[in-house]
Amino acid sequence: MRYMLVNMQNCRMVYGQTLVELGREDDRIVVLEADLGRTTMTKLFEKEFPGRFFEVGIGEQNMISVAAGLALCGKIPFANSFSVFATGRPYDQIRVSCIGRLNIKIVGSSCGLSDFGDGATHQAIEDVAIMRAIPNMTILSPADGIETKKIVRAAARYDGPVYIRILRNDVPDVTAQTGEFKIGRPTVIREGTDVVIFAHGYMVYKSLKAAETLEAEGISVKIVNVSTLKPIDEKIIRSMASGTKGVVTVEEHTIIGGLASAIAFSLRGTGLMIEAVAVNDRFGQSSLNYEQLLEHYGLTVEAIVKAIKKVLR
Amino acid sequence: MGSVALSDRQLRIKSIQYRLKILKYIKMANAGHTGGSLSCIDILNVLYNRILRVSPQTFGHPDRDRYIQSKGHSVEALYVVLADRGFFGESELETLCRYMSRLAGHPTRKVPGIEHNTGALGHGLAFAVGVALTGKKDGRAYRVFVLLGDGELDEGSNWEAMMAASHYGLDNLIAIVDRNMLQITGPTEQVCRLEPLADKLAAFGWSVRIADGHDIPALTDVLSAVPFEPGRPSAIIARTTKGKGVSFMEYDPSWHHGVPDNQQYEIAQQQLEQLLREAGGGQ
Ligand SMILES: [Mg+2]
Repeated sequence: MRYMLVNMQNCRMVYGQTLVELGREDDRIVVLEADLGRTTMTKLFEKEFPGRFFEVGIGEQNMISVAAGLALCGKIPFANSFSVFATGRPYDQIRVSCIGRLNIKIVGSSCGLSDFGDGATHQAIEDVAIMRAIPNMTILSPADGIETKKIVRAAARYDGPVYIRILRNDVPDVTAQTGEFKIGRPTVIREGTDVVIFAHGYMVYKSLKAAETLEAEGISVKIVNVSTLKPIDEKIIRSMASGTKGVVTVEEHTIIGGLASAIAFSLRGTGLMIEAVAVNDRFGQSSLNYEQLLEHYGLTVEAIVKAIKKVLR
Repeated sequence: MGSVALSDRQLRIKSIQYRLKILKYIKMANAGHTGGSLSCIDILNVLYNRILRVSPQTFGHPDRDRYIQSKGHSVEALYVVLADRGFFGESELETLCRYMSRLAGHPTRKVPGIEHNTGALGHGLAFAVGVALTGKKDGRAYRVFVLLGDGELDEGSNWEAMMAASHYGLDNLIAIVDRNMLQITGPTEQVCRLEPLADKLAAFGWSVRIADGHDIPALTDVLSAVPFEPGRPSAIIARTTKGKGVSFMEYDPSWHHGVPDNQQYEIAQQQLEQLLREAGGGQ
């Protein structure tokens, strides 16, 4: 692997630190944990605010309903587990909280394939799809440490249910330090004219690498970071795609019901060629190496390059 | 909370009047959960007329007592009592289950007096744990009463919540189990055995008492005695009869979600009016 001169940050760590900052600023912030605080990094909050940290044990359904109770009493609860358990096990509890538009924040750690060692049971590749289907839900997926901090703070400010996807591993910074994060607003990470890539999470970085590769071949690629997966502003997506010759979506998620679905629907009727780089309706598996797993599922720079060339044909 | 304290006799009369209204509005809507509403109505009667420190005026107050009906399907009983207590006008009961009505087939927060959307079973107790935790952390004196169905206890999330409640020493939390021994499919003990329920609750760290769920003084006594032990959540197993008050509905699981036809409705009304006369409240 090539040595990259970029700043790496661990999003989980940034998340844990941001929770502590929020806790200092606002005593309504409370944290619930389902026995994974040492890896979701809520242990940082627990250490500083033991009276506002509620360990519920390995019981995610209970955790979400307890969070609902806290929210209706004016608290701002952040409920934590791995993405797969935070969204899958308490689906009905989340749904009921969304019916009531309760101010709960569900934080899924180790999203996508990033829990590479633990295999299919622990890898969340359909979490965005199931959360997107619930009315009133907001879904946020930071691309790096810088954006993780901004997104967690924005979620705390926003009054309503939010699901945040947190990456497990160290990832390079790709977003700007400056500028405010606004829920619902995708951001252009790189300007370009031939093709536009819509990506989120770690796949924004992979897309940047693909764009760099293609620049040498004279292909100009625009990259849009869709860190709000719901709500999707159709008008903005259409304006960002207009004038290009094709569109590629890139996500660490199944091809069904995630970014590819959202973008393809937003661009209906435009006649633009669209290709998707995503997990192709398969479960994950174990690997000792995250990148190897991404490669296995086709979430690589090469796959993105190929998709771009395909839409240009 | 009531401005005028009602006697046991007056509450007994109220219970029968509530039953008549439950049937009336279910009949009007041609939809509703009859059996369970009739089984829990005496509990709601005692709660709202004697125990709960909440009124339409104080419903938004952070110190109000909370009532959470986890067995949301028996919402007709709750609507009838809330209307009687002035949370909304009695005439609104005629809109039960209708298009655009606030009075949906399960409780929603749109209705004055209702704390949380329930009816998806197994959520209410855990929600109440969150409310009770807040009370403890914020130093507020309110109590949180939750009504659970017995069939509902099949949901494992209840037992997660039971553990959390005792772990956090939530003696401001009171769970009342409407122990009518039936669920949709049949007797609870045949569908998925719950007994020994009191032992199970005690083993989960709760302080448990058993009471007759249709006896006004007995319910008053047990609901006034909470917390049974400091530092522990309280559980009341209220022994009830599903369909209570209407002979052909009692002990029959098919009335879980049944609407009487015209003849059945007339018989039910006659039986309840007879009870009303016996209680000294007939006209
Ligand atoms: Mg029952």
